[in-house]
Amino acid sequence: MEHQTMQPDSPVLECVYSRPGTLTETRFHYCPGCGHGVVHRVLMEAVEELGIQGETIGVAPVGCSVFAYNYLDIDMQEAAHGRASAVATAVKRLLPDRYVFSYQGDGDLAAIGTAETIHTVNRGENILMLFINNAIYGMTGGQMAPTTLIGMKTTTSPLGRTVEASGFPLKITEMVATLPGAYYVSRNSVHTPGAVRHLKKAILKSFQYQKEKRGTCFIEVVSNCPSGWKMTPLEANRWMAEHMFPLYPPGEIKVPK
Amino acid sequence: MAIRGSVSFETEVCKGCELCIDACPQESLGLSSGINAQGYHYAVLVKDNCTGCVNCALVCPDAVITVYRENRKGGKAPVAVISNVTGNITVTLDDERKNP
Amino acid sequence: MKGNEALAEAAIRAGCRGYFGYPITPQSEILEYLALEGRSRGMIVLQAESEVASINMVYGGAGVGARVMTSSSSPGISLMQEGISYIAGAELPCLIVNVSRGGPGLGTIQPSQGDYFQAVKGGGHGDYRLLVLAPSSVQEMADFVFDAFDLADKYRSPVMILADGALGQMMERVSFREYDPAAHLVAKPWATTGKPVTRERNIITSLHIEPEKMEQINNRLQEKYRQMALHETRCEEFQTADAEYLIVAYGLAARIAQGAVEMARAQGIRAGLLRPVTLFPYPTDAIRALADRVRGVLVVEMNAGQMIEDVRLALEGRVPVRFYGRTGGIIPSPDEVLGALTKMVNEDVLHIEEVS
Repeated sequence: MEHQTMQPDSPVLECVYSRPGTLTETRFHYCPGCGHGVVHRVLMEAVEELGIQGETIGVAPVGCSVFAYNYLDIDMQEAAHGRASAVATAVKRLLPDRYVFSYQGDGDLAAIGTAETIHTVNRGENILMLFINNAIYGMTGGQMAPTTLIGMKTTTSPLGRTVEASGFPLKITEMVATLPGAYYVSRNSVHTPGAVRHLKKAILKSFQYQKEKRGTCFIEVVSNCPSGWKMTPLEANRWMAEHMFPLYPPGEIKVPK
Repeated sequence: MAIRGSVSFETEVCKGCELCIDACPQESLGLSSGINAQGYHYAVLVKDNCTGCVNCALVCPDAVITVYRENRKGGKAPVAVISNVTGNITVTLDDERKNP
Repeated sequence: MKGNEALAEAAIRAGCRGYFGYPITPQSEILEYLALEGRSRGMIVLQAESEVASINMVYGGAGVGARVMTSSSSPGISLMQEGISYIAGAELPCLIVNVSRGGPGLGTIQPSQGDYFQAVKGGGHGDYRLLVLAPSSVQEMADFVFDAFDLADKYRSPVMILADGALGQMMERVSFREYDPAAHLVAKPWATTGKPVTRERNIITSLHIEPEKMEQINNRLQEKYRQMALHETRCEEFQTADAEYLIVAYGLAARIAQGAVEMARAQGIRAGLLRPVTLFPYPTDAIRALADRVRGVLVVEMNAGQMIEDVRLALEGRVPVRFYGRTGGIIPSPDEVLGALTKMVNEDVLHIEEVS
């Protein structure tokens, strides 16, 4: 940036926000407006603020965010589809003083990985489980997910999901919250500044609880998929708020007493 | 007088998703007329009333936004002094001084 | 000690830090022994919700640089195939124990050798191989654990101990070798332990989207397997120096075959036994070396005929190969094997008489 000559009375502006240094130089490949980018950013802001970059190990899923390890400047493992929480379990058990998180989409966590999800929480593993729920399988081209809404059109529910063919949207977060091993369960979104601030607080709290060995922290982020939903990012966020929030309402689902 | 602020964008990384434009309470942001090398119209400041509230940066999925804000509390040394932000600013601080 | 328990005790002494497994007959004693003994001696012992979860926990544990293992039996090993492929692709060291039982499907709980193909030829998807050790005694159930961990670390590759239900359950004397894990542990700078400022981040992955990179990785894996073939191939020979007829068998079948060889010798048949100890890399050269000296080879397995294909490959058609096997978890007796051997000998003699 060139330095202009400033008028004597012009105010000095400080930098109050910049891209976290805990992201790598590689820019995200995600579609424009995709919630993954915001979650990655907020997660790494939290890691930077807590000063735990050297002690954090993440586990990436299979899905659009399979390349998360290219963007987050921490040690990471790539897990098989659905297995991120099992991988994270072993990492945490063997390195109990590190901060360990798993990061999964709705197929990874609530379809193929359902058993691992339930049992990791049931064991109360001291990890943070991040669940990005956009009710669709983005990476593979927009197929139906367990969390897809009734009537929602996807490539495998082209006329809209029906109960007869495919059953009901799965509210896995509420199920997980019933388990005593779940210490903190929060549902968030990233479509407004306030929502993003709330997510960041939830993540910061989760790392603190992990330090205190309280049990599993489970954070769902209801998110968008502009490409899969065939909307612009703004339209997608509005649609999400209008249609997904009634079924998946953001809020603190389980908080410590 | 409102707190003064400004933002800068990594225009080559911005994908023109418009979430920042929607999030800005001051309607300070818009899309450029030109496109970057990726083929996207990118976000730019279109007004000079930015307050440095950070809302835009909070919702940005690609972390392209840096936010600056006037420090009225004083005492602290500035982290960065804003000078020329991007080539796309239509109103500069100097101009604002001249045209209140 | 019981085979399963000897194996478990050896794991503790070999410095195994994490065991992740699921009960299945006939190897649940491994998990049970470690749940008590392992935990009390500092091992993480976790009964997972399935074999799928177990193998993925092994992946995570191996990725942080710890010595980790799992064990199961045939149907459970099938469940682990995806995870094993990932472990091989991500170049992670670990030990996987298969205490085989009769199959296919739910099968029986009786011992078998029906998982040879699965263990040696792949099992999971992609161009990888497991280094496979086949014990034939409780002593080897223990000894091979130390070897397996050392080999896994040496090659950054998963190693399998392929046993069977009988070996797991039988009781024999065993002595544990003097072994200080600290002297055997290798540095693992690639492990994900939390990145200090002094290095770039470590990534454990088997995903390589660019074809050139994926080919590079595959070439590296193949080179590993070539090195294994050069340096780690093991077999044992029993009375092969002057043998006219050779039995090739591994594991429990080899012990039975050895009994048959002794009985054959007593009847004047010059029989010998070659017992592969590593099933991959296979002792092809050792078998080939005997091809010029023997008139017939009998392969004895507790399956429908799997290792026989590797024997045929080694012999390249130079010697007739016969097969004797039992499935269903039935263990052949030395008499049965002797009968098959005698039949082969008689057919050979008949053939000579016809020709001359």
